[in-house]
Amino acid sequence: MGLREYIVRRILQLVFTLWAFVTLLFVLFRMVPGDPTTRFVMEYPTPEAREQRIEELGLNEPLYVQYFEYLGQLLRGEFGDSTHYREPVSELIFPLFLNTVVLMFTALIIAYTFGVLFGAAMGWLRGSRFERGGIVLTLVARSSPEFWIGVILVWIFVFQLGVLPRSGIGAHGGELTMNVVDRYANVDFLRHLILPALTGAIYYMATPALLMRNTMLEVLKADFIEIKKAEGLPERTVLYKHAARNSVLPLVTVVAIATGAAMGGSVIIETVFNWPGIGREMVASVTRNDYPVAMAAFFLMGTAVIVMNFVADLAYLYLDPRVKYE
Amino acid sequence: MSLETATADDDSLDRRKLRWQRRLEALRNWAGVLKEDRMGQTGIAILAVFFFIGIFARPIEISVGPVWATVQPFSLAPYEPGARVAGTGLQGPSWDHPLGTTALGRDVLSQLLAATRVTLIVGIVAAFMAVFIGANVGIISAYYGGWVDDILMRITDVVYGVPFLPFAIALVFIIGASLVNVIFAIVLILWRGTARVVRSQVLSHKQRPYVESARAIGASDFRIMYVQIMPNVLPLISLYAAFAVAWAVIAEASLSFLGLGPPGMISWGEMIYDVRSAGALREAWWWVFPPGIAIMLFVMSVFFIGRSLEKVVNPELRHSK
Repeated sequence: MGLREYIVRRILQLVFTLWAFVTLLFVLFRMVPGDPTTRFVMEYPTPEAREQRIEELGLNEPLYVQYFEYLGQLLRGEFGDSTHYREPVSELIFPLFLNTVVLMFTALIIAYTFGVLFGAAMGWLRGSRFERGGIVLTLVARSSPEFWIGVILVWIFVFQLGVLPRSGIGAHGGELTMNVVDRYANVDFLRHLILPALTGAIYYMATPALLMRNTMLEVLKADFIEIKKAEGLPERTVLYKHAARNSVLPLVTVVAIATGAAMGGSVIIETVFNWPGIGREMVASVTRNDYPVAMAAFFLMGTAVIVMNFVADLAYLYLDPRVKYE
Repeated sequence: MSLETATADDDSLDRRKLRWQRRLEALRNWAGVLKEDRMGQTGIAILAVFFFIGIFARPIEISVGPVWATVQPFSLAPYEPGARVAGTGLQGPSWDHPLGTTALGRDVLSQLLAATRVTLIVGIVAAFMAVFIGANVGIISAYYGGWVDDILMRITDVVYGVPFLPFAIALVFIIGASLVNVIFAIVLILWRGTARVVRSQVLSHKQRPYVESARAIGASDFRIMYVQIMPNVLPLISLYAAFAVAWAVIAEASLSFLGLGPPGMISWGEMIYDVRSAGALREAWWWVFPPGIAIMLFVMSVFFIGRSLEKVVNPELRHSK
């Protein structure tokens, strides 16, 4: 199979996966117990008003018509109106999505920067006490659910030291209406970002650290490292310039997958820190039966995972030409 | 005729012996790795303690209709975990309550011990089911190939696109929070990893001479898949089972932390949810730290065991200790 054919097949697969995911979403939210109309129309005083609302929502149509209507809406980027906020979901959810993206990217950047450095050091110092301690430390971090890391950080930095704010993204309210620059480019926001980002960073750091260590061990076995050492280059140069640089490649695919997964994983961190993001909103909207919002949040998270998996596959292809197009 | 049956019996006896030998050898392999693996030993020791607590923390009663029997009458937990035993209000650790009490005057230590069983049940049942489904999907997919493989792998792809925790939250909310539903939601996602890895392993085994010769003597597909190939991928499956236990426990804790845990059942995640909703995070360190540390230790012990299993599955790792 040629490269081009592989890519075309992979794109078709992406489209199919997206379609299947969206269909699953439709079925899942149709499974909600009770008549699907009741939760929209309970508050209407007269039967006529109720009928009118059902018609507006298209709930009198046969299921397959509703299904195609729903697909069309998603393609146009519409998610209907929130039953709680009485606003279009798309307007409501965009700033929340942005908040989540800012938080998770900060967490991932910290996790991968320090994870890679830490993993490289562990691989370089194999067999040492530092390496053994490092492995235990990463496994301990990995064993703690995100909410537990968050709770510990809150306990230390908020309750004991009192140096950082506990929750939210800014001291003043109305955070969703501010424009993007005002919202993120200030010290107050950064202070609010530290703890949640650190929580994610600690949780996500184990993967790059352990992976980096393993590939380092492989690379260090290669002849060219011996040659570089024999050339009399300083250890530090060999480590960072030659060994580490060659070990970092396989991580690129992992970064892509982790980015997608982090969007879904943000639910917990956002709940711990009351971060106004898409994950917290999803839990909140599910508990208050605001299904359009819950569906949109779920849709965005799932799409992120699917698209990033696709990116990971392509990156892998680009990075390792030996890969077979199966 | 009698001669024939005799040889057939001998033959199957021999094979059974061989199979047991193979299993014993795998175990001995692991024992050999464990001897030098401090982490694996620690993991097994911690897990053994949790098992002990899980079984003896509370009495176990089994009732079938009107008949009931106490299978395990012993109780490690000093108090009824749901009962108010110290009036109302938080109390710090004391001789009566070594880990203090909750905001409702319940004994924290008793809750901590009783919750061990919930974690063990969720972790083991969910992991077992997920790995069972995943292994079967992987074997069938790889063995039959063609459209069977296509369909099963496209389903796996779709499941890979589903964000784990948000899906579990939505599903548990829709079908209702109960122990069975929480496990169901976890299993529905968790099988995907095992399926892919088992499939790739079986693909390579399918090409090997022993499968060819089994087919040549007329063994059925079922027999080749489950008697010939399965034992060879079993170490890999057990490795995935270990990691699945860890993920299932983290997922259950996370759901409970969000308040979506099985009602009427105290789990470690739910204890931390209770601390938060009682607004006692600031002062009640004796209430919030023990359950978190318990989750951490439990998951850690499973990860440690998984790492030593990894060395059995992939002997190359043994040299790079």
